[in-house]
Amino acid sequence: MWALVLKEFRQVRRDHRTLAMMIVMPLLLLVVFGYAASFDVEEVTTVVTGPRASTTEGRLSGLFEVTGSHEAWDRSDAIDHLRNGDSVVAVVTGEGAGPEVLVDGTELFSARAAVTALAQIQNSPQPEVLFNPDLDTSAVMVPALAGMILIFVGTMITSLGVVRERQSGTLEQLAVMPFRPRDVFVGKVAPYFVVAAIDLTVIVGVGTWVFDVPFNGSVWLLAVGSLLFLFVTLGLGVLISSVSANQGQAIQLALMSLLPQILLSGMIFPVASMAAGIRWISYGLPLTYFVQIARGVMVRGEGIGGLWFPLVALAGLGLVIFTFALVRFRRDLAPARPMRSPIAMRVAQEEVG
Amino acid sequence: MKASQWGVTDLSVDYGRRTALRDVSLDLSSGTIAAVAGGDGAGKTTLLRALVGLVPPTSGDVRRPTEDAVGYLPASSGVYPDLTVEENLRFAARAYGVRGSDYQAARAELLERTGLEGASDRLGGNLSGGMRQKLGLAMALVHNPSLLVLDEPSTGVDPVSRKELWGLVTDAARAGTAVLLTTTYLDEAGRSDVVCVLDAGEVLLQGAPDALVRGVGGSMGEASTEPDTHFTWRRGATWRWWTTDATPPAGSRRVALDLQDAVVIAALRKREQLEGVPR
Repeated sequence: MWALVLKEFRQVRRDHRTLAMMIVMPLLLLVVFGYAASFDVEEVTTVVTGPRASTTEGRLSGLFEVTGSHEAWDRSDAIDHLRNGDSVVAVVTGEGAGPEVLVDGTELFSARAAVTALAQIQNSPQPEVLFNPDLDTSAVMVPALAGMILIFVGTMITSLGVVRERQSGTLEQLAVMPFRPRDVFVGKVAPYFVVAAIDLTVIVGVGTWVFDVPFNGSVWLLAVGSLLFLFVTLGLGVLISSVSANQGQAIQLALMSLLPQILLSGMIFPVASMAAGIRWISYGLPLTYFVQIARGVMVRGEGIGGLWFPLVALAGLGLVIFTFALVRFRRDLAPARPMRSPIAMRVAQEEVG
Repeated sequence: MKASQWGVTDLSVDYGRRTALRDVSLDLSSGTIAAVAGGDGAGKTTLLRALVGLVPPTSGDVRRPTEDAVGYLPASSGVYPDLTVEENLRFAARAYGVRGSDYQAARAELLERTGLEGASDRLGGNLSGGMRQKLGLAMALVHNPSLLVLDEPSTGVDPVSRKELWGLVTDAARAGTAVLLTTTYLDEAGRSDVVCVLDAGEVLLQGAPDALVRGVGGSMGEASTEPDTHFTWRRGATWRWWTTDATPPAGSRRVALDLQDAVVIAALRKREQLEGVPR
């Protein structure tokens, strides 16, 4: 029996990825759940507008963190401000009657906290919840789930597909065939791209028709955001495959990239509720930006004006990851091609000629 | 023999600090078969992979045609297990730009000669080892390459399939293709025009099989018990001996040596040179 225990320890010690997963993953989960996994909302970003904005601003305290006060803004300006995701609550003051409180229903936990806090204040106005009036969980979860499924197809399935090719020895065959590395790259990735695009359409369709998730924005804007997001996830899939010797390793790495995205992207736990030290990790994750785009377009009907930053962030991440993946893939596929001797080239030219 | 077109000159390949090939030169001529033989880890596959561009040479020169004129059969056969025989062959043909009537003609000929015409709709993963190797070879031949590189095409293949594989390889060479293959079977290597025997990444022997056998010199024989000579080794149920002396050991008889004996003698002589110890 000891021989078996010893053998097992030796194998585990040499399998660095499994070892990392066994040690790093519990630590990661501990940190995430300790600092990031919080539904508690301690502050709700609030903008105050209208002619009595400055006097009303002074009366807000506690939960409501005033981030701006604009006396010249009217109700529609306040709604645009919420639609762009710049604040969660807008207090619209008027000359006569009391102030009106508008709440962004897509920020589920913040909105619920704001509504609850207002209900506890005597004579406070009845808030109007915009974009997701019933504060439905499905309205904010379905757009985020679309992102998670795109990661699943784009990263995990793509990495498995490429690793399977390497394991069966056919990638070696492809490397010798008259394909350019980028042809092989595109040929490998294109089917997954199509499948992911179909997946996205189905998820959005089912979410809209079955779960009554609103679709208030532009289909094309969501398509552009999804396209950029897919570039990142597919690139990540190829990158994972290029450092994985077998499908087991690819699954491990894909899971290690998937889990932080689910936990830290704002898909489940609000980014605003995370500890500042953890929040910066969220801003390095592609799903964070896709969640902003999907919720913004579908639920809030946000335009490109409010979504340019997540779009640019995804484009930047996509460029870096895709380029890195392509370089690694090219190196794996044809390590010797750039070193082809001039003689071989000359003879080859003669042969062709 | 025709002029050499492809091959390697003074090729060395290092994997990190480990040298896999050292100063190997091999010329490959149109219409001939060259076999690279040697034990496990001798550098056979590295030589092939360097020739087709899968491994960068550390030093030396590699001469190969453009990718569309190379046919390559990796040790794993390169067959997609989840595609049918027909789909595998069609994929290889399309990759090399063989379409339409050219493909139909190549398909019919290759399936008939590999005996796979009745299995064209079977998945690659459901084929026997021999059938998979024959399909891999058909995929490597579909575009009529000028250089055919085969990594252990007959390893793990039954004798009948080996014969069929060799028939295909011989016909390709007869049609003008330069063939380079690796094998662990010296009887198989003996059927090629040129044999290159590698040992620990270096060329142990190289030349036409007959010339290699003739070049050994000395005298060789066999005995039922281990003879008291400088070079002895077991072969089958008997002992072999080789000596440059005129007198054979007592109780033994002379026999004609073959390629396998020539390789063993070369290996023993090399070891003696390196270690100063015979056997």
